[in-house]
Amino acid sequence: MAAGYAATRYVANDYYFYAAYIVLQYVVIATAWNILGGYAGYVNFGSAGFYAVGAYTAAILYQLFRPPLVAMIVGGGIAAGIIGLAAGYLTLRVKGVYFAIATLALAVVLETIVNNWDYVGGTRGIYVLHPHQVAGFANYARLLFFAMLVLAVASVVLARSIERSRLGRGLAAIRDDEQAAESAGVPTLRLKLFAATLSGALMGLAGAPFPYYVSHLEPGSAFSLAIAVNAIAMPMIGGATSWVGPVIGAVLLGGAQQIATVTISSILNLLIVGLLLIGFVIFAPEGIVGLIRRLWR
Amino acid sequence: MFDLLANAIVAGLLLGGFYAAVTVGLSIAFGFLDIVNIAHPGFIMLGAFAAWFANDQWGIDPIVAGVLFTPIFFVAGAIVYRVYHVSFERRGDAGLRGLAFFFGVLFLTEVVLLLLFSADYRGVDMPYLETMIGAGPVAVPLRMVVPFLVSLAMFAVLQLAFNRTFLGRAIRAVSQDQLALRLMAANPVRVKEIAFGIAVATASVAGALLLTIAPIDPSMGRDYIGRVFAIAVLGGLGSLTGTLLAAITLGVAESLTATFYGPSWSPAVAFGALLIALVVRPSGLLGR
Repeated sequence: MAAGYAATRYVANDYYFYAAYIVLQYVVIATAWNILGGYAGYVNFGSAGFYAVGAYTAAILYQLFRPPLVAMIVGGGIAAGIIGLAAGYLTLRVKGVYFAIATLALAVVLETIVNNWDYVGGTRGIYVLHPHQVAGFANYARLLFFAMLVLAVASVVLARSIERSRLGRGLAAIRDDEQAAESAGVPTLRLKLFAATLSGALMGLAGAPFPYYVSHLEPGSAFSLAIAVNAIAMPMIGGATSWVGPVIGAVLLGGAQQIATVTISSILNLLIVGLLLIGFVIFAPEGIVGLIRRLWR
Repeated sequence: MFDLLANAIVAGLLLGGFYAAVTVGLSIAFGFLDIVNIAHPGFIMLGAFAAWFANDQWGIDPIVAGVLFTPIFFVAGAIVYRVYHVSFERRGDAGLRGLAFFFGVLFLTEVVLLLLFSADYRGVDMPYLETMIGAGPVAVPLRMVVPFLVSLAMFAVLQLAFNRTFLGRAIRAVSQDQLALRLMAANPVRVKEIAFGIAVATASVAGALLLTIAPIDPSMGRDYIGRVFAIAVLGGLGSLTGTLLAAITLGVAESLTATFYGPSWSPAVAFGALLIALVVRPSGLLGR
């Protein structure tokens, strides 16, 4: 992190911070997805919805109070966490696949609400302009980069400690055999709800600085297809059972996409991500981490 | 006021009939085969664009084209099932990775259609579709009536096939008792392959109906994800009659919402119905 801060002082080209911000954002999103998807085996298809809840909560707070960035981030995280808890509470009791279906539809309904809500600009979008000057940073893009770096490091540390705790072992037991876990005394519903809340909250945190990043927040970019697919593709390609997997996936795929959007079209870009996702789930179900482990032996 | 209400209800009934055609493929895959095919709306969009292409290039009526393309969709569905079976079902890995696979397929269909046809709206211009028919204060265009009738016809054929033929009964049995099926000298994998092929083939017809009702664009499939699952779950998995009933209920609910609150709210209706279905009655309207 110190190196990251040093970079904001000495690296001259602003473009690198814009690109690195997106890669770091995907580290947070992929890690968040993996806490529920990889550890507990519950698939969330609505990542873009949680991300957008974070972004729009931040935009609403901006409209109301013009609070500091930290407050916007915390607010976005709390709002998305509540949505995660509610979605989990309503569907996690029934059957695993219903949670997946509900999250798929959740993103659509949240987008419908935003499209119809004039206070946040509806389909036209809303301007959220960041302050001009900020102490300690040459410009605001660098502050946003640093904020996302802090979030990325924090979420990876969190995921790693969960993986090695009782909670992580409980979630792994749910993934492998939920009935057996339940009868062995694992409080499955409570663990699942905790994971759903935490996962949603982290996605919200990742989305909260986004309004400042783009200056003009609109439903199309907040509920973007790229976020929905990357959130799943990155952990699955990196390897979904450990904290390293999502980080590898996010850095490789996110980095490649940043380079590719400059050279080829962004839609072709998404085509490649989709093909990689399908290829990996079929041929390398343990992801890159699994491939490396196999080579090691 | 009464006229408005009557028109909204009739339009909803017709819309619901069309929703039944959109959902039936998912009801077969999810209800009979236990395959959570979230890519189904993607197949429907492929069907819609195939029908548009046939109409645009050769002037074929879109619905005729939709029916003509069913064999191609059947084969494509059988291949997708083969891949799914070998890669996930057989390994006992259908949950997480199987879902991710279908999500990838859904995503790919949208991206490929975007690359081929761009994000523009595409429609068909068949003069007969604009004819209005009606009684008293109610009037509806054939654009809505024809899809409704085609959908009902497709349902009748499927219902007969599933209830009266050996293969149909085998399909309904396959998720319940594979051993019994083997004892009847039917190969469960083969049966599921055919059933999944049929499920995807319905998407060709449903896509053509979608195109008949309104202009299409590649991202439209997303609006149907919530709808098809709401209908399939609400209808009770494994019941075609239930699917039809649930589809018509949702159609009327959406039409009333669109008439009295504005069409931009109608995607939210499906989600509300889905949540209610999942929370209150996961076994569906006609479930046991």
